[in-house]
Amino acid sequence: MAKFQSLDFYDIDSSLSDEDRLIRNTVREFVDNEFMPLVREYYRKGEFPDQLIPRIGELGLLGSNLNGYGCAGLGAIAYGLINQELERGDSGLRSFASVQGSLVMYPIHAFGSEEQKEAWLPRLAAGDAVGCFGLTEPDFGSNPGGMRTRAEKTSDGWLLNGAKMWITNGTLSDIAVVWARTEDGIRGFLVEKGTEGFETKAMHGKLSLRASATSELLFENCLIPESNMLPKTTGLGSALKCLTQARYGIAWGVLGAAMACYDEALNYAKGRVQFSGKPIASHQLVQEKLVYMLNEITKAQLLALQLGKLKDAGKANNAQVSLAKRNNVHIALETARLARQILGANGILDDYQAMRHLCNLETVITYEGTHDIHTLILGSEITGLPAFS
Amino acid sequence: MKIIVCMKQVPVQDSLLKITDDNTWVHEDELNWEINESDNYAMEAALRLKEEHGGEVVLLSMGPDRVKESIKQGLAKGVERALHINNEDFTTRDPFINAKLLAAAIKQESPDLVLTGLQADDTGFGQTGPILAEYLGLPHTSIVMEIEKSNGGIKVKRELEGGWFQSVELPLPALLSIQSGSNQLRYATIKGIMMAKKKEIKSLTLADLGLAEDEVDDSNSSLNFNRIFIPEKTKKAEIFEGDPKEIAAKLADKLKNEAKVF
Repeated sequence: MAKFQSLDFYDIDSSLSDEDRLIRNTVREFVDNEFMPLVREYYRKGEFPDQLIPRIGELGLLGSNLNGYGCAGLGAIAYGLINQELERGDSGLRSFASVQGSLVMYPIHAFGSEEQKEAWLPRLAAGDAVGCFGLTEPDFGSNPGGMRTRAEKTSDGWLLNGAKMWITNGTLSDIAVVWARTEDGIRGFLVEKGTEGFETKAMHGKLSLRASATSELLFENCLIPESNMLPKTTGLGSALKCLTQARYGIAWGVLGAAMACYDEALNYAKGRVQFSGKPIASHQLVQEKLVYMLNEITKAQLLALQLGKLKDAGKANNAQVSLAKRNNVHIALETARLARQILGANGILDDYQAMRHLCNLETVITYEGTHDIHTLILGSEITGLPAFS
Repeated sequence: MKIIVCMKQVPVQDSLLKITDDNTWVHEDELNWEINESDNYAMEAALRLKEEHGGEVVLLSMGPDRVKESIKQGLAKGVERALHINNEDFTTRDPFINAKLLAAAIKQESPDLVLTGLQADDTGFGQTGPILAEYLGLPHTSIVMEIEKSNGGIKVKRELEGGWFQSVELPLPALLSIQSGSNQLRYATIKGIMMAKKKEIKSLTLADLGLAEDEVDDSNSSLNFNRIFIPEKTKKAEIFEGDPKEIAAKLADKLKNEAKVF
């Protein structure tokens, strides 16, 4: 496989700091050397290469945008670039880091007690512990507010009952951040591996995001000590704040998948000869596809960059994050589809990346708010009239 | 132990090179740059020696402003500080002149050990290390794979051809040219990158080095680049005619006198 060449048609590199570029290049090197040699085998097996977790932690890629507790306190753009480079490898790799950082470490950091932060954040940052985020249920995907999982207050703590589904990292996790209905509304709980009544089950049969652990979480009279309730969670809004963090990372991450597909398609088109000894890159219809990719990736890069600047200035709102997630995943999926077509029959083989990214992106356009839900978030934002309540 | 590592920034491997109109070099504006591969191994060797025996690793690089990015990568990996000879005004590709400049900077530091990469991936001379050792008056050996401290000096393993190695002992101070692949390279960690912001990159001018402009000017160079070109692809087929004996004789003659394979 040729060495990955990123796309930078508008010289976006020149607006990054030396540190941002160094971080980006380090992660790129790590993915090239450590992940790319494994991805095909693990995708086929349907497993996440969990032997890489300590290495990812050692590099400082987990919760890198948080401050203190062993986290690097990076700005939003460096954090975005890390996601981009991880997803250039595979959406499963980026999902692992996104869930750990934005959906486990972020809620502990934002809503946890000092004891909870000290107990978990340094271990999660180092990759010594893995976490997952339990919000979605079998019957409640786009409408998490309808959740059935309940936590009842008892004299010994909280009694948790219910089930969560589509949970990334579930079977790998030492700790689950679980959202449950209480008498005072929805609250977050830390459920430790090994707690009686808590079980995780791997989900099988996935044709997408195969190099990622997707699980069910089951709770049956699972007793959670009071000290494991996230004290500053105040309803569903707390869970949604976590999602905004993760969606921001996805808006950057999918640029990596799109660039990998573009790079592969461009190289293939320049080398593949059909009709009168000319490379297919000289065909008008192939050029049209490549230019579409160039055009859309460049626009998506600028969108992510400006959103990062807004986020660092504390001005990014959740609707702006929705717009970037919605647009960038959509164009990444289109790019992957066109790349696969340029590769012709070869494009369906896992000797190439396009089909893997294409399949993965079908998950990414569905999770963390489907494309349609983001459309309705934006529709509500501009009209003041929510379509889904 | 105080170790100086000489690092050159070179175009990223597999770069698409465009030759300048005068055919003497490539357009540098559109290139991406990285640390020369064997210099990266030299830096790794230095960091491992420091971690084992204590001391300080100083990175020395020469080039325009862009090399600061590679210097920062070194600082992020654990190098203590860096020296940067900014040669924006007097760029030369002559290893004699480059070694003279590097030697002037190294003399001010009095290191115990100087490490260079075996050769630069762009010009590929493999000269700067040995010439630098001569300028500094230091013992030198090249193609080094392993370094260990011995009584009063160092013992190194050199790679020879055909799978052979050589063990050499040198007194300190000394200069070694390091072979690629001699160690597992480390990554710059995010924390290392953030900490590198606070580390010193000392900029050195010709005056700081006590050198005059005409001493390092390209016009003084004994080396001329006449023409840079992409290897030309040629295809040629010749079909011999005659009886097998004649054909065999013609083929043998071609192989011997034209292709020179025996």
